[in-house]
Amino acid sequence: MFCEKSVELIRELHRMGDGQLPAFNEDSIRQVLEEMKALYEPEQNQSDVNEAKTEGKSELIPSIKFRHCCLLRNQRCISAYLYDRLLRIRALRWEYGSVLPTAIRFHMCAEEMEWFNQYKKSLATYMRSIGGEEGLDITQDMKPPKSLYIEVRCLKDHGEFEIDDGTVILLKKNSQHFLPRWKCEQLIRQGVLEHVIS
Amino acid sequence: MDALSYLSVPPGIGMEENFFSLDDILLSHERLPCRTESAFPRLGFLEKSSDSRDIPEGTKMEMPLWLAKGLYEKKRRVLSMELPKVYREGWRTVFGADPAVVDLQKMGPYYYGLGSQMLHFDSPENPEIANTILQTFIGRFRRTMDSSQNAYNEDTSALVERLDCLERSLFKSGQSGLNSFQLWEKGRSSHLTASSLVINYRKRKITDLQA
Repeated sequence: MFCEKSVELIRELHRMGDGQLPAFNEDSIRQVLEEMKALYEPEQNQSDVNEAKTEGKSELIPSIKFRHCCLLRNQRCISAYLYDRLLRIRALRWEYGSVLPTAIRFHMCAEEMEWFNQYKKSLATYMRSIGGEEGLDITQDMKPPKSLYIEVRCLKDHGEFEIDDGTVILLKKNSQHFLPRWKCEQLIRQGVLEHVIS
Repeated sequence: MDALSYLSVPPGIGMEENFFSLDDILLSHERLPCRTESAFPRLGFLEKSSDSRDIPEGTKMEMPLWLAKGLYEKKRRVLSMELPKVYREGWRTVFGADPAVVDLQKMGPYYYGLGSQMLHFDSPENPEIANTILQTFIGRFRRTMDSSQNAYNEDTSALVERLDCLERSLFKSGQSGLNSFQLWEKGRSSHLTASSLVINYRKRKITDLQA
């Protein structure tokens, strides 16, 4: 049957329901596109269409419609695949910040990288345009803050880290610090720091 | 719980399908028994049981829902659809007796979705099918809701085992509501946590290494 390959693409995303980004499956996409070409191919489909038109062979219409449905189905699957991936990539900007780990970047195709960069830019432009002179970082304070400073513990060596007043602190594994909340929110989300509640 | 920034496209409601929804695409891949009412010239290679060039009229075959929906016409009979077993009279009686005993994961897993989609095809049994689906949902909903609201911090695999996809997603929202409420009660809702995406990604990397 046709359109098995394109559903495979959808299954692949569906299996990772939590928003992980699997590697871009270029191979399958190409196979689906080839199948679509074959469905549309001049030798068979087009000759059927011509015969139906010029010679009034209406008995060919069901087969033509059959192929047409398959083409539309493949189109739907591929669009949904690409669109769902974009949703996932957009989420990455909010979860990881503007710089993605290399392992994840390897899972994106060139066009997706470009889209991600454009999205980053649009978001940055928007954030600069609101909240007065300095702009407003809307990826901060996803949960309403209760205090300006929080206690955090380092989960891995992260190197030096500069805070507002210019002090440089060393984020060493298992060290504990009392830092401005807005400075560490991103690092907590990335799993570098852990929020300690006493 | 974490407010996830990735939300997949939700499935359509009722008889509608959502074009981009992964769930709806998988649902429309379910196979339905049907009979061709006209020949399909030059597509014989799709039917493995025969060697002829065409698919002749009157062939019994299974077609995915998307194809059946595309080919089906009310005026010109190209296909006639048969009901899958779960929607037939016999099973409808079972659902009427006690909807809670049926394993919809095994019978479906898109019992409600596929049932609503079957209404696209003209069948004299349509009103009964619609009614059975509705009554089944009503009959099972209370238990689904109860269990999702009361299973805190425990293994839920036994609870969701027999649920249909729709019921599973309801169960999941119930659980996430319950978890958020518990966090709030303990005064931990402002606790900052690592993104679940990051955590899961790391888990996967470890398993990749082991493999």
